[in-house]
Amino acid sequence: MEITYLKAINEALHEEMRRDENVFVMGEDVAELGGAFKVTEGLLDAFGPERVIDTPIAEALIVGAGVGAAMLGMRPVLEMQFGDFISCAFDQIVNTAATLRYRHGGLASCPIVIRAPSGAGVHGALFHSQNPEAWFTRVPGLKVVAPATPYDAKGMLKAAIRDDNPVVYFEHKRLYRSVKEDVPTGDFTVPLGVAQVRRSGDDLSIVTYGGTLHQALEAANIAEREDGISVEVLDLRTLLPLDREAILAAARKTGKVLVVHEDRLTGGIGGEIAAIIGEHAFEYLDAPVRRLAMLDTHNAFSPPLEEFILPNTAKIVAAVRDLWAY
Amino acid sequence: MPEREVPTFPADGGARIEYELQLYYWIRLIRAFEERVSHLHRQNKILGGVYSGAGQEAIVTGVCAPLREGDFLAPLHRDLGVFLVRGVEPGRLMAQLMGKETGLSRGKDNFLHGGELSRGIFGPTSMLGSSLPVCVGAALKFKMKRDPNVAVAFFGEGAASRGDVHEAMNFAGVHKLPVLFVCENNRFAFSTPIEKQMAVEDLAVRATGYGFSGYVCAGNDLLAVLNLTQRLVNRIRNGGGPELIEFKTYRFRGHSEHDPATYRDQDELIEWESRDPIPLYELYLEKRGHDLARVREQVDARVRNTIQEAVDYAEHSPFPEPHEALEDLYAPSAQTDAAEERRAARGARG
Repeated sequence: MEITYLKAINEALHEEMRRDENVFVMGEDVAELGGAFKVTEGLLDAFGPERVIDTPIAEALIVGAGVGAAMLGMRPVLEMQFGDFISCAFDQIVNTAATLRYRHGGLASCPIVIRAPSGAGVHGALFHSQNPEAWFTRVPGLKVVAPATPYDAKGMLKAAIRDDNPVVYFEHKRLYRSVKEDVPTGDFTVPLGVAQVRRSGDDLSIVTYGGTLHQALEAANIAEREDGISVEVLDLRTLLPLDREAILAAARKTGKVLVVHEDRLTGGIGGEIAAIIGEHAFEYLDAPVRRLAMLDTHNAFSPPLEEFILPNTAKIVAAVRDLWAY
Repeated sequence: MPEREVPTFPADGGARIEYELQLYYWIRLIRAFEERVSHLHRQNKILGGVYSGAGQEAIVTGVCAPLREGDFLAPLHRDLGVFLVRGVEPGRLMAQLMGKETGLSRGKDNFLHGGELSRGIFGPTSMLGSSLPVCVGAALKFKMKRDPNVAVAFFGEGAASRGDVHEAMNFAGVHKLPVLFVCENNRFAFSTPIEKQMAVEDLAVRATGYGFSGYVCAGNDLLAVLNLTQRLVNRIRNGGGPELIEFKTYRFRGHSEHDPATYRDQDELIEWESRDPIPLYELYLEKRGHDLARVREQVDARVRNTIQEAVDYAEHSPFPEPHEALEDLYAPSAQTDAAEERRAARGARG
């Protein structure tokens, strides 16, 4: 059945809560309201207030309490109302959760999922548009995922809930209602840590994830149609751990790599990807690895400003042509 | 549910005497263990930060004694006694402090950051106060699953300035969670005196703002600590919701072994040293008719042996292998393994 990205997440929550009574949901406005975006709609009616908990505005508490419950066998799904607010829980994520197993001699587990609606392009401005994934992709002990399709959104959330490690799950707000897909009914998971080739091509590879995947696929079609450039598109899906083999395979196949992400350029995961390729596939390259990302500024509000700083389909097409001509 | 009061001491004379002596053993073991740790630190056999709880032993002893198996504890960085009273093997604790393979964290972290979940002890991070939300989460689990357990969150008055402490107490109050907040107010956050930390005399008054009760208690008086804790833990266990106790106390040593604590007033230190929890409890034992000289002799020997065995065990334990720094980062999971298999299969296909 064709469902939206948002519905896919909602279904995953329903199904996992039905499957395992230790799964519960906690966050701001997740129960009565069904979440600011309606992602948790229907959960309160189905599972009651003990398993669908409206919290005060207290992100550190949400994550910290999730860790405490998870240590004792629960599987909390913790919502940051906007991914931007995850900064308020930073210490609990990178210090308490990420090191839990490490400092308990390998004898503790921390099966929490932190859902973070992220991303720009919805007039959210400075504090409702951020893509904070790079704050977490360098923290061992965490897993960081950013699904881009309804199928992955559902399968990866189920996998994240069943994983015994803390998983930060970035869901792109712009995709909630704009992306639809046939998603099989019945139980399935998508393994964490495995990238997926979304479009096969021979001339040039785009490596991307999350919100910019769909723009990259559109751009690839335009470049093929208008310029005859055959573009491969690799969807990373998981940002920690990175699927290094898939990244290197994409580089070796075409010799030209464009990394695209909506997170800022400097310190973004694109730099790490370029370094991996430079270190391990240098001899296959026909051009320097190029990066297209949000400009190094804040998520400006006014439409001309936002348009100027974010990647989009036209900018990706231009970057593809540029790299192809190198 | 009617509140069942548990008597402070077993009613039976013989059992009571045994319990009194056990408390004495613990409070003496903690003091002696920490003195040995300070000594080993000066010899460079224990590296890094060492945070003595000397002077505050009555609190950890009196709070832990009435707890049960399955209860959850988040000690603060000075609460070495929590580990000893909860029955963590002294040798493994000493090995933890020395960074040995046999320590609680297998050499990954120092001092008390390695927890022992089999004894219900969460290893706190160095971000003081961050363990309170975690403890509240444990209490949330107890409430959701109708477990007859209590979570105990230790923190200093220093940590109480953190926002995490407010978030944790507020949530615990809203949901009436089975959690006991234990504030060890030793009057200093490292060098910063209480007057610069808060504008009220008693931190306990904050409980009112969260919808539960706050108590002030003499933290160096083991009997007072024990009596109040037992009463409140019992109430919490019976569904009464959170409680906060502020124990007034003082640390005899610096913030850490590196700290000579010259910022403190020497008269104040002398006043508090005269309220040392150990002689105070010895006075009680004497009044109860124990032959103190004999009891001391026996406990001295037992403590000395326990600590020597712990030191021997730790010193003879190996250090971890260097590559172990990369282990225990992730729990194995079916998902990760499947991903690795898939990647391996793809690699094999070239």
